[in-house]
Amino acid sequence: MPHDHHEHLSPSGHPFRADNDGPLTYWQAMEIAVRELLIEKGVTTAAEIMRQIDTMDARTPSNGAKVVARVWTDPEFRAAMQTDASQATREMGYDIGPMKLIAVENTDALHNVVVCTLCSCYPRNLLGLPPDWYKSRAYRSRTVREPRRVLTEFGVNLPEDVEVRVHDSTADMRYIVIPARPAGTDGWNVDALAALVTRDSMIGTGLPKAAECD
Amino acid sequence: MPELVRVRADMPPGHVRTPAYLRGKCGLIERTLGPFYNPEQLAYGVKADALPLHRVRFTMAEVWGDQAEIPTDTIEAEIYAHWLEPA
Repeated sequence: MPHDHHEHLSPSGHPFRADNDGPLTYWQAMEIAVRELLIEKGVTTAAEIMRQIDTMDARTPSNGAKVVARVWTDPEFRAAMQTDASQATREMGYDIGPMKLIAVENTDALHNVVVCTLCSCYPRNLLGLPPDWYKSRAYRSRTVREPRRVLTEFGVNLPEDVEVRVHDSTADMRYIVIPARPAGTDGWNVDALAALVTRDSMIGTGLPKAAECD
Repeated sequence: MPELVRVRADMPPGHVRTPAYLRGKCGLIERTLGPFYNPEQLAYGVKADALPLHRVRFTMAEVWGDQAEIPTDTIEAEIYAHWLEPA
């Protein structure tokens, strides 16, 4: 049969993904049971849960980009971020809940990168949900073992005289990398600067976009 | 002078937030945070002690020996006080 080997491919040429219609796992059933109990007993409401999900979904890396751009332009804010990044971001107007944040700054001599080897700790309350690769076993295990190879795969090639510092987010703190301000951005306003700050540059697996002349 | 400490080399069962690859390794305390409640007790719903949490800086040479990409690169991790002993 000439077409047999195409049957597992969609018309676009990609393999079909199996439907996700298996039985609930133990923990999925547990989550539903606890949620329904909390609603039944009046501890919370379905609307409150939905609001919290919406709040979480509204958080994006653009929040962090604005924080970074302000660090680049406001020396007092930069000092406040170094002293207590949670408090400084709250005072800037971000509702980060109980999150305890540390800001680590890249320089000419130091490049920071963040990983959580034990699970997937990430500054979600500022940057939103982490990328899928951040939770992968490969990223979590390799970033502490061979960070320079991992960074190269992300397109970040650092000279040997720049120290790589890996932050393993093992406990209560969450980390945001403050990338180095790109050259050629003197006098730029914070909105233009924030547009250069990528999600990956705040994890440390990327660099900000370069300044381009119009 | 930053304090030199060693992570306990124990391998207890259960919920532990000290990565295995750092156990037995020496590093310098970069800063002390907390106190935070001990996750090894929180995980089991028992009364938890409030402990200092230390951010410890290790060199890649200390953690990975000859396998390190660049020996002077560093790893920092948060280690609860009861996992650290004088080096």
